Amino acid sequence: MKIIYTDALIVGGGLAGLRSAIAARDKGLDTIVISMVPVKRSHSAAAQGGMQASLGNTIMGEGDNEDVHFADTVKGSDWGCDQDVARMFVTTAPKAIRELAAWGVPWNRIGKGPREVIMNGKKETIVEKDEADGLINARDFGGTKKWRTCYTSDATGHTMLYAVANEALKRNVEIHDKKEAVSIIHENGICSGVVARDLINGELIAYVARGTMIATGGYGRIYKQSTNAIICKGIGIAIALETGIVTLGNMEAVQFHPTPIVPSGILLTEGCRGDGGVLRDKDGYRFMPDYEPEKKELASRDVVSRRMIEHIRKGKGVKSPNGEHLWLDISILGREHIEKNLHDVQDISKTFNGIDPADEGEKGWMPVLPMQHYSMGGIRTKKNGESTTMKGLFCSGEASCWDLHGFNRLGGNSVSEAVVAGMIVGEYFAEYCADTHLQTNTLTIEKFLEDQMDYLKEILSYDGGKNIFDIKDRMRTIMQEKVGVFRNGEDLDDAVNELEDLLKMVKQITVTDKSLGNNPELNEAYRVTKMLKLALCVAKGALERTESRGAHYREDHTKRDDLNWLNRTIATWVNPDDTMPTLSYEEIDIFKMEMPPAFRGYGRKGAIVLHPSSEKREQDIEKIKETLGTVDRFTLQEALMDFDLPKDYKRKNERVGVGYE
Amino acid sequence: MSSQDNQEFKDEEEFREIEITVFKYNSQDKTSKPEYKTYKLTETPGMTLYIALIKIWSTMDHHLSFDFVCRAGICGSCSMVVNGKPRLACKTRTNEFEDGKITLLPLPTFQHIKDLSVDTGNWMNAMSVKVESWIHAKEETDNSVLEKRVDPESAQAVFDLDRCIECGICLASCSTKIMREDFIGAVGLNRTARFAIDPHDERTDEEFYELIGDDNGVFGCMSLMGCEDHCPKDLPLQTKIAYMRRKMVKA
Repeated sequence: MKIIYTDALIVGGGLAGLRSAIAARDKGLDTIVISMVPVKRSHSAAAQGGMQASLGNTIMGEGDNEDVHFADTVKGSDWGCDQDVARMFVTTAPKAIRELAAWGVPWNRIGKGPREVIMNGKKETIVEKDEADGLINARDFGGTKKWRTCYTSDATGHTMLYAVANEALKRNVEIHDKKEAVSIIHENGICSGVVARDLINGELIAYVARGTMIATGGYGRIYKQSTNAIICKGIGIAIALETGIVTLGNMEAVQFHPTPIVPSGILLTEGCRGDGGVLRDKDGYRFMPDYEPEKKELASRDVVSRRMIEHIRKGKGVKSPNGEHLWLDISILGREHIEKNLHDVQDISKTFNGIDPADEGEKGWMPVLPMQHYSMGGIRTKKNGESTTMKGLFCSGEASCWDLHGFNRLGGNSVSEAVVAGMIVGEYFAEYCADTHLQTNTLTIEKFLEDQMDYLKEILSYDGGKNIFDIKDRMRTIMQEKVGVFRNGEDLDDAVNELEDLLKMVKQITVTDKSLGNNPELNEAYRVTKMLKLALCVAKGALERTESRGAHYREDHTKRDDLNWLNRTIATWVNPDDTMPTLSYEEIDIFKMEMPPAFRGYGRKGAIVLHPSSEKREQDIEKIKETLGTVDRFTLQEALMDFDLPKDYKRKNERVGVGYE
Repeated sequence: MSSQDNQEFKDEEEFREIEITVFKYNSQDKTSKPEYKTYKLTETPGMTLYIALIKIWSTMDHHLSFDFVCRAGICGSCSMVVNGKPRLACKTRTNEFEDGKITLLPLPTFQHIKDLSVDTGNWMNAMSVKVESWIHAKEETDNSVLEKRVDPESAQAVFDLDRCIECGICLASCSTKIMREDFIGAVGLNRTARFAIDPHDERTDEEFYELIGDDNGVFGCMSLMGCEDHCPKDLPLQTKIAYMRRKMVKA
């Protein structure tokens, strides 16, 4: 049996995993990253529009700082996020982007003086300050008060991922690609590594480590239409769930992006709208200002996606053989801007749809429709990124419910979270690995290896004649039709029942290729089983949550209900033979909030049942402010909600024109 | 409405049959014998080789192996030889081929795994280490203070070269690579050019010479331009190789 020992083991080679690996190597730890694919092919590379960090360099970002980024993130989350985590994040994000700049990410830079931009469909001239010349630029994005999203054209994730991967290689992080973690090795509530399957030859390998981090991204592929790469199956989250100990948080919080292109589902960045692009209906009419007079196309993603479907339901959708859609018009930005700043969007539209979006008028309009895009839910962790229920198992990035995003993530906060969590959680993880010694033995390790071998053999012995590909298709269709942008109790009930049937049905499949080696059909059989468990967590969580919050919208419970639902859904899979997750709830304490629940400033008004504690907390905050008198924003913030960060990440961030204020 | 959209309204029976022939061989299995297998399927509007191969895999041949990740031309996973030319399969539309016959081979020069699947990750990582594909700066930066200023044009110039997705197509198109196993190819030379123009990188020409100043580096290129002809990102590879060669001759 093959056993590989290391100090720090990281599962997943995207931005979060690799940045964590750097933190571990910088502490002198032997570090291995295992990844299903070559790490530079991870889904982080697909992030297009940018990374949020409150640098406040551009004139349109003037006055930006951690406080503004914090408020935008909390509102975006519909008060579902952990405000401590949001504070930790916004304080570190400027340092993260500067670190990446020093590592060579060619951020788009500001040139002093006037430049033309499109705002609200019209050309405007803005004048960049002399002292901002050469500093990192930012574009507008949804749900943000300032232009805060820093970018490299529309290939931001790609340049970030390459820089971080190369820095990891520089530090001799060992990268083992084409390896898939299939179970977590644990004993007495302590994690000591994973069993991985070599996707080249099928061999099972035990990776044994002092600490293990899951950074495997989201679970978007449980939906039929998703912008996610085909590797985003949530396997890392599922193997954590399968321990019966690790808990998952808010799995029903699934984001639908307003503008994937139809029918392929490939993303067209929010930067299209951030840079001034608009949405149009079958009559060519720009409809978003009617629904969202203030933020228009740039309300948060959950709101824009719902407004789009609402508009289609009014009969304003464009009919096509691929179903109804709306148009995204960026032609008004001009060819030069598109070819420089929305290069990949143009390439995608030309290649997959034969449309050049720089062509003027309706010829250049791109067909778009909201589709699954991001998983807010994931492995529930403490603020240091460690599982709340299993020692030594850490999680960062999209795979986690750390919980930065609550029920809706802001555009530009995903790659930002990935690197920032890589820094913060990566540091806590590295500290854990440095201070901990292995508490396992080869007997335990071999048992976990044998269990996986037995499981694979069991799958190959199934002989019911059913086809795993059919089961997968059905699962993805159910999720699409019944657990989508608009949800209701009846459909969700159906979804839960049918998904449970599908999970039971897995034992009636026949895998035609009986090889334990390189066998893509066998891969699919165990992956779909895991995906079904996650799909059940999503559907059951959505069924039980009888309110509407962020991206979770119930047509039969249309209000955000802080009185009953200001909490996190916690899912566990208690027994391996269970066919349904067990749900419980984690309360969110208003009295610990820096910003008690209120109206987001966009979306439907009057659709909130406020908790009486909100008002009490507001009064507390006013009292604290009065007692403090005139103090700087840092002193006030500390008094309202103190938070910790490792290393020197809590240092003040310098900004142009204002210094460290 | 564009002609593209009109095509989408055709009835299903109007769509043509296409034939996709795939090289099948499991390098991991000593009993496996190389063979070609042909699959017939109905072409659907906008069909790419990604859509076609997923269809074949899920409905006709569950044993078929290939590498897709982003399916959007961004990640560089799915390079393969399509009717004799190395290309990204996800960006290749089946309607480009008039006779509807498409033959797919795995990407050459990389370790073969199975069918259309090859190992690019280990080669690319080794190349990145060999050319020290990271910023070399003497002083550590303090990330709490304002970032180093860069003029917008310099940042854009670095970005333009940073767009490489390590798909390996330049190597599969390269004659030097066939003769010299350790040739770092256009991907490696473009990478050094990218760092050579990065204002953050303090390496001298002499230091770059140590990395690429031999026949496995910049002097190995024969300027046959196969790399640039096939690069799916349209990178100016020949210009950049020439740029590095001029620098290295002086060094």
